[in-house]
Amino acid sequence: MPTDSRFNRLPVSEKGLVSICIEGQTITALEGESVAAAVLQAGVRPSRTTPVTDSGRAPFCMMGVCFDCLMEIDGKPNTQACMTEVRDGMVVNIQRGARQVLGDDL
Amino acid sequence: MAAGIRTSRNGSDVAVVGGGLVGLAVALGIQEKGQQVTIYDEGDIAFRASRGNFGLVWVQGKGDSYPAYANLSRLSARLWGDMAASLEESTGIDLQLSQKGGLFVCLSESELSQRANMLDQMAANHSEGYPFEVLDHQQLKEMVPEIGPEVAGATWGPEDGHVNPLYLMRALLKRFTSLGGKLINSAAINSVQPINGQFHLHSADGRYVSDKVVLAAGLGNKKLASMVGIEAPIFPNRGQVLIAERVKHFLDYPTGHVRQTAEGTIQCGDSKEDVGFDSGTTTDVIADIARRAVTMFPLLKDVRLIRSWGALRIMTPDGHPIYQQSEEFPGAFLVTCHSGVTLAAAHAGPIADWIAEGNPDPVLNLEKFHANRFQV
Amino acid sequence: MNSNQFDLAIIGAGPAGMSAASTAAKQGLKVLLLDEQPRPGGQIYRNIGSPALKDRQILGPDYYYGEKLLTAFSGAGVTYLHGATVWEVTTDNILYVSVKGESRRFEFNKLLIATGAQERPSPFPGWTLPGVMTCGAAQILLKTSGLTPPGPIVIAGSGPLLLLISCQLIRAGIKIDAILDTTPGKNYRSALPEFLGALKGWRFVLKGMRMLSEIRKAGIQQLSGVTGLSADQDESGNLSAVTYYDNKGHQQTLSCSSLLVHQGVIPNSQLTRSLGLAHVWDEVQKCWKPELNKWGQSSHPDILVAGDSAGIGGALAAELQGKLAVFEIVRQRDAGSATSGNNEIEQEKAIQELQQQLVIRPFLDRLYSPAEEFMSPPDETIVCRCEEVTAGEIRSLANDGCRGPNQTKAFCRAGMGPCQGRQCGTTVSSLLASELKASPAQVGYYNIRAPIKPLTLGELATIGNADSNC
Ligand SMILES: Cc1cc2nc3c(=O)[nH]c(=O)nc-3n(C[C@H](O)[C@H](O)[C@H](O)COP(=O)(O)OP(=O)(O)OC[C@H]3O[C@@H](n4cnc5c(N)ncnc54)[C@H](O)[C@@H]3O)c2cc1C
Ligand code: FES
Repeated sequence: MPTDSRFNRLPVSEKGLVSICIEGQTITALEGESVAAAVLQAGVRPSRTTPVTDSGRAPFCMMGVCFDCLMEIDGKPNTQACMTEVRDGMVVNIQRGARQVLGDDL
Repeated sequence: MAAGIRTSRNGSDVAVVGGGLVGLAVALGIQEKGQQVTIYDEGDIAFRASRGNFGLVWVQGKGDSYPAYANLSRLSARLWGDMAASLEESTGIDLQLSQKGGLFVCLSESELSQRANMLDQMAANHSEGYPFEVLDHQQLKEMVPEIGPEVAGATWGPEDGHVNPLYLMRALLKRFTSLGGKLINSAAINSVQPINGQFHLHSADGRYVSDKVVLAAGLGNKKLASMVGIEAPIFPNRGQVLIAERVKHFLDYPTGHVRQTAEGTIQCGDSKEDVGFDSGTTTDVIADIARRAVTMFPLLKDVRLIRSWGALRIMTPDGHPIYQQSEEFPGAFLVTCHSGVTLAAAHAGPIADWIAEGNPDPVLNLEKFHANRFQV
Repeated sequence: MNSNQFDLAIIGAGPAGMSAASTAAKQGLKVLLLDEQPRPGGQIYRNIGSPALKDRQILGPDYYYGEKLLTAFSGAGVTYLHGATVWEVTTDNILYVSVKGESRRFEFNKLLIATGAQERPSPFPGWTLPGVMTCGAAQILLKTSGLTPPGPIVIAGSGPLLLLISCQLIRAGIKIDAILDTTPGKNYRSALPEFLGALKGWRFVLKGMRMLSEIRKAGIQQLSGVTGLSADQDESGNLSAVTYYDNKGHQQTLSCSSLLVHQGVIPNSQLTRSLGLAHVWDEVQKCWKPELNKWGQSSHPDILVAGDSAGIGGALAAELQGKLAVFEIVRQRDAGSATSGNNEIEQEKAIQELQQQLVIRPFLDRLYSPAEEFMSPPDETIVCRCEEVTAGEIRSLANDGCRGPNQTKAFCRAGMGPCQGRQCGTTVSSLLASELKASPAQVGYYNIRAPIKPLTLGELATIGNADSNC
């Protein structure tokens, strides 16, 4: 039975590193990579549950067309993780079902 | 009805031209009376108000200077609950009907007082009473805490509600076909010919004969009505509508411009534009709609718009329906209106009865909906 | 001309967009290039400005070829906005683009749409499970992050990209547990007549054979004629295994952590559709594409389309098409003037090169035409990932009288979610077509309207406001 859901990092060229917090877990990501990549590396699966049936999903296309990578990024719900670059100190959470409305509280 | 002598295998007792909300509701009502109905409708792409509308079952302010229309809207709103229940029971489709009242939110004091005056006037014209309330900002905020600071207030109509208009269509169609009603798709009817007390309908690839014909072809009615001796001044009026993503439930009541659907999506509308047969969208108008929506509910600012569309309302010069049997060619009926959602229950009920059996229920005041009111 | 007006606006900074931008700048045009990605390169040359992987062998020379394009374009003096999502283009030459949550408005004389392709949505039971991702997605993760999926890995589907990602993972030392090839056996027969023609493009043929032998040498279990693909889940709802029928008709199950799927690519037609441009159904590539002349001119006089969004031709073809579109724009500009005809030689050369690039397509398109089970999947399969509508629901609506995708959309919400129909559009059209015994061309496609990508109501509300730049 496969257990580990973490993507593995091959040797990469010199790049800056940033720290981000995914579901309370602090991980190191490469400067310039997408939040979705960082989430896959952290092995957080699913990264969202659907508003329709609450079923789990994870990044599928990595190019902005499937909208299955929606997450709560720095408090902003339903944000496409594959289209958002990591930033030091970023807080990322699983998008659970339908989003909240926030309006001006942002 | 007198045994229809069918001259063609395609024949039926009643032909309904147009498979939008109006056509479907009327067709279902007649089919329920045991008469054989066939609906003729266009294909996938057509001007379809039924697919583009806002989903309100709305009474407040309708027919402000025309009591017969106000009464018809209220009657239909009252019949709606039973219709929805029976459709749900027979088709299993939940229409998501909610009739807990509705708000018309006004951004400025002058908008609010104008509206209050209009409703006062209506109350004066309706001896049996016309229920509504005017809410100032504070009163509105108690009811809907999410309202924005710039909002002046709202008028409240206890008889208003909303529904999923697409599921309404689906349920009407399902019920209609399950009762043996026939739907012929991709058959734009180009002409209707009255011949020996019957009606011959022509499409690009067929000819159909029936004893009665109901024209419910929306904007297509103008052309077809004249073929059965009815002058129908009908023209398009565009509305643009926005749909934003699903959010957790926050809005209990529909408003005239923003409502939250049962799925959680936010629907914002609707413009009224005289642009002819163009159902497109325009950036300026959708931006205006968004502006009004976020002024009403500032918490919608970060909610994402997913889709927008334009749809064409079916308008008459006074905005009220036309229900009329041709005097020249009895058996030909015109049914046209721009609030086919609200009026669906009336169409499936008393209007369908009138077409199927004659003798309109006096409560309908049918003579008020005759097109001759436009001949001044 | 003010700062919001451009001779040429280009949407998409892939090979087509980059080559068009540098060619146009050289011809003296004032060029605006917009792309929603944070860096230029498009899908094939993703991140080419700062490749993640240390080992250049893994992605190979075809990837790093992009550096040349990037250099040419970087020095060309083009106005380039990245992270810039175009959400509306109007037929009267205005576009709206969202950058960092703020919308800007630009006017253009000519527009080149170079928005590329997306992977063909290839629904099968379980394709929504976490753990299933497209081969293209896996490749993007390699290019941008040097990440590889957790094993056991199974790769399933059909098409050149399937072979390519397999080879790239092999070169990275990653174990692939199995490759399940779903290419229907009959495709080999229908592609055969095109093989001689394909030989004129011998470089591609050779490349393909090299990939196949690389996979064989790695000793990977490779099965052809696979059907009945489905993904299974564990108790937490994640991918646990893949089940399929082998070419003898025996059902097999492989346990896996990652399932990478692919069924070729199709033009990204959201924008061209929203503009109401004429589209045709390509029966061989099994996709819609805009109707264009050989220069990429669409049915709108000021709008051209190049690269994969014009029809699938690959990166090198895209680069040439981008150039050709610009030559056409310049020709129209100079028509009748003294400078007209200046580019004719270069233009002719580009046309010939393009033909050479496309010579392999008839063979590839036939060979990798998707199996019927992905165009018209089994009833229980989710076809609309956003609204979770199944193939069975679409079929039953067809039987209830729906004649096209806009009717089914109204009745069951397929196509109404945040992806705006990108993941279900072609499937719903082909499902309806097979149910109604018609062609997708007759059945049609979703009406696509603004916004092309979701944007916040608050941002939209700034349009036309006195204090915004829109
Ligand atoms: C923006 C907007 C918002 C609205 N909001 C509301 C609301 O909140 N509440 C409410 O009650 N109402 C609302 N409406 C109105 C409601 O949608 C319409 O009243 C109703 O759909 C009209 O139904 P119809 O059948 O007459 O017209 P349509 O729905 O347009 O249907 C006409 C049908 O006839 C077919 N047809 C036309 N010509 C021919 C021909 N020659 N042969 C065969 N078939 C033909 C067409 O293809 C079409 O299917 C709204 C409308 C719009 C545009
Ligand atoms: S993974 Fe598909 S949109 Fe982000």
